[in-house]
Amino acid sequence: MSVEILNVSKSFGDTHAVQDVSLTIEQGEIFALLGGSGCGKTTLLRMLAGFESPDSGDVRINGESILALPPFHRHVNMMFQSYALFPHMTVEKNIAFGPAQDGLSKQEIAERVDEVLELVQMERYRKRKPAQLSGGQQQRIALARSLAKKPSLLLLDEPMAALDKKLRMRMQLELVSIVEQVGVTCIIVTHDQEEAMTMSNRIAIMDAGRIRQVGTPQEIYEYPNSRMTAEFVGSINLLPATVTACAESTTLQLKDAASTVVCRDTRAREGEAYLVAIRPEKVALSTEDEAAGPNCLRGVIDDIAYLGSHSVVHVRLENGKIMQAHMSNVSRDARTQIDFEQPVTLSWEPESVLLISEDD
Amino acid sequence: MKLTKIMLGFGFAFLYFPLVILVIYSFNESRLVTVWSEFSVKWYFELFKDEQLINGFLLSLRIASLTACASVVFGTMASYILVKFGRFPGQTIFSGLTVAPLVMPDVITGLSLLLLFVGLNELIGWPSARGATTIWIAHVTFCIAFVTVVVSSRLREMDGSLEEAAMDLGAGPVKVFFYITLPIIMPAIMSGWLLAFTLSLDDLVIASFVSGPGASTLPMVIYSSVRLGVSPKINALATIFVVCILISSTASWWLANRFSPASGGTGKTT
Amino acid sequence: MSFLRRRIWVILPPYLWLLIFFALPFAFILKISLAETAVAMPPYGDIWSWTSGKFEWLGSLDNFRFLLDDEIYVLSYLNSLKLAAISTLIALLIGYPMALAIARMPESIRSFMLLLVILPSWTSFLIRIYAWIGLLKNNGLINHLLMSIGVIDEPIVMLHTNFAIYVGIVYGYLPFMILPIYANLVKLDLRLIEAAQDLGARPARVFFSITLPLSLSGIFAGCFLVFIPSVGEFIIPDLLGGPDTLMIGKTLWQEFFTNRDWPVASAIAVVMLAILMVPIYIYRRIELKRLGIEG
Repeated sequence: MSVEILNVSKSFGDTHAVQDVSLTIEQGEIFALLGGSGCGKTTLLRMLAGFESPDSGDVRINGESILALPPFHRHVNMMFQSYALFPHMTVEKNIAFGPAQDGLSKQEIAERVDEVLELVQMERYRKRKPAQLSGGQQQRIALARSLAKKPSLLLLDEPMAALDKKLRMRMQLELVSIVEQVGVTCIIVTHDQEEAMTMSNRIAIMDAGRIRQVGTPQEIYEYPNSRMTAEFVGSINLLPATVTACAESTTLQLKDAASTVVCRDTRAREGEAYLVAIRPEKVALSTEDEAAGPNCLRGVIDDIAYLGSHSVVHVRLENGKIMQAHMSNVSRDARTQIDFEQPVTLSWEPESVLLISEDD
Repeated sequence: MKLTKIMLGFGFAFLYFPLVILVIYSFNESRLVTVWSEFSVKWYFELFKDEQLINGFLLSLRIASLTACASVVFGTMASYILVKFGRFPGQTIFSGLTVAPLVMPDVITGLSLLLLFVGLNELIGWPSARGATTIWIAHVTFCIAFVTVVVSSRLREMDGSLEEAAMDLGAGPVKVFFYITLPIIMPAIMSGWLLAFTLSLDDLVIASFVSGPGASTLPMVIYSSVRLGVSPKINALATIFVVCILISSTASWWLANRFSPASGGTGKTT
Repeated sequence: MSFLRRRIWVILPPYLWLLIFFALPFAFILKISLAETAVAMPPYGDIWSWTSGKFEWLGSLDNFRFLLDDEIYVLSYLNSLKLAAISTLIALLIGYPMALAIARMPESIRSFMLLLVILPSWTSFLIRIYAWIGLLKNNGLINHLLMSIGVIDEPIVMLHTNFAIYVGIVYGYLPFMILPIYANLVKLDLRLIEAAQDLGARPARVFFSITLPLSLSGIFAGCFLVFIPSVGEFIIPDLLGGPDTLMIGKTLWQEFFTNRDWPVASAIAVVMLAILMVPIYIYRRIELKRLGIEG
């Protein structure tokens, strides 16, 4: 049951909420739409659910367009950000609401209710009203309710937004295991990159109504295709540079610095300008004054943020720019081995370097 | 802060003092409302012997309950239109029509409706006689506005995703309204009903204009009696009013407080 | 779209009802105000005739001219506006602190306090105004009390004066002042006040630069809710006012019921509407904004 989104656009007045978006989501896949607020991800989700209709383009499930169907006739169910549990109905009634609309018999409805309640392990709470449940419990009921109709596509709108941070981590894993158990195709909308990476098989990054990159969490993180995605997911060092030589590896001359960078990216042509992108955890920090060479920069420590498992070290380069490096706190006194204004050398492997086009 | 509390006390004294005096003097033996002679309940017996008052009360009760029912239906529809439908042709006029009756002086509403009824009678032969029906129409007209205020504010507070969720689960617009929206705004509709009921029961001016011979509502009977001077019978009537309202409002307040967490939540509680 | 076509069936019933029974009557009132008084039932003449294919206009502005000629009408209008405005101001001065006090109370008591505010208005308006007759009379309770404790020797004349009207209007309409202001104040984010205090503002300063400006829409709603209906008030001037207390609602009533002059009564109503048009229009905007509906 694949979901195809074909060249979908939608404007509200002058704002182009969604612009020419095309995506294919495979059967059983958990797919995340990741982006900041106002990037159009929620509008896209609401178009799948049927609460908005696109200005142009098509949405197909198993090859059939669903655009002509009103929300109540689509085999698509959504778990709302606020959960939208009906406050005047018990847990049981909430879950039975969907199957009842399909005209199932009382017995069938009861079986469905039992089935999904067992799935989310909430059998004991079936007679409660939503207001009598905790946030995590409400979320499970909301999930159960949206699964009770056995939809071909499940939509999760900011599923963790209403939970506190500790509960979030647990529920992310639990939700994924339930969704995988059911095997339903699932689209998650979120602004939280960690959530998207933990929960989904593939991620689409959205910005200003457009899809910027689609890929597995690893692809998105290790091979961002643009400055926007590189900066949106995790933190990254970006150094402007110009290609000076291309052979088996590419050599670049850094702007405002004497050092050169060598990388394995062979798309580049001589004379082109790029941003050299290196994730901070791939930068090695050394207090010894190592010999200068390619992939090596000198500087002094500007700031240290101690985060327990590792420290984020800000190094002021000779040209005044700041570069980040992660230092793993392998020993307890790791933090005390470095200090502000201490001269350090930063270095990295050619494999860790990614080239990103300047203009985008 | 202290000053406001003192004002609150003073304000409540101002609001309740006349009513308390009214109640006390209903048990006064003397006809003079200001001089206490001795305790008596004779004015209550007098009250129940007054056929005009009783008839007026029954008529008012009938009109008030029918008014409340009709204005709740129209008022809920109007609220739904105003809150959910967005723009439609004639929306500005419509929103004006639902708000203006809140402040329109009764004499204008009353006179204009009377002239409408008289004019319509000449044009199409309806309403040939004025009485309970014309009063009912007039009351529904101005009560719609009050119901709309109460219901639309509740409707606006309601989490819109509840309706979307129901639709998402396969319920069509009509079903969504009756299974989800209506139960959730029911407390507001009930208070709208009560409000319309009391407004209708209370109206003297509009009813006086649009009523015909033989149809005297309770306020009309009270008014003609009050015009003749102060009468302890009216005190007795007022006391009965006060007691009924005390009982019913305490009951409804208690009910509302008991059930509000389950019926008023938006599902966002964590 | 069939969706829109179905919406028509929701829109039409209340819309038609209000058009026919609230808007249309104003056309009739306007028509009759142009007609001549007649000894007939109904007691007014036609404003046009259509005999043997010839149209003849019979209406005139005589009734309006008449309103200008006799100063009693002009005085009624002016006096109504004055009494209503002063009463509204008094109601605001009493109602605002009350609303503020309730809004600052713990949530559990608030609804009970509100109930106390609304409760009196559920008993008959007529009876509540009537209650003041017994209190304000020359041999009424207040004079009795004052005389028995020796503050005064002679009863103060209170009933049938403007004072009685003020008391009546403030008493009758106070809840309508308190409720919108309360609704506004209770939504006011207390953190704003804490922030102002934190930044060094004294209580008076906090009130005038934070609380008051943020509750203006409630104040306006409350004032219009009291002012507009009390301009046309009938019961209060009739029961508490004297024979020479001129208020336009009472004048209209007498014109209609005592003099049976429907055209002049209609003309009075038309002028009153014209005067109230602006406040009603402003009120409508405030109210719709408060309800979160754009209009």
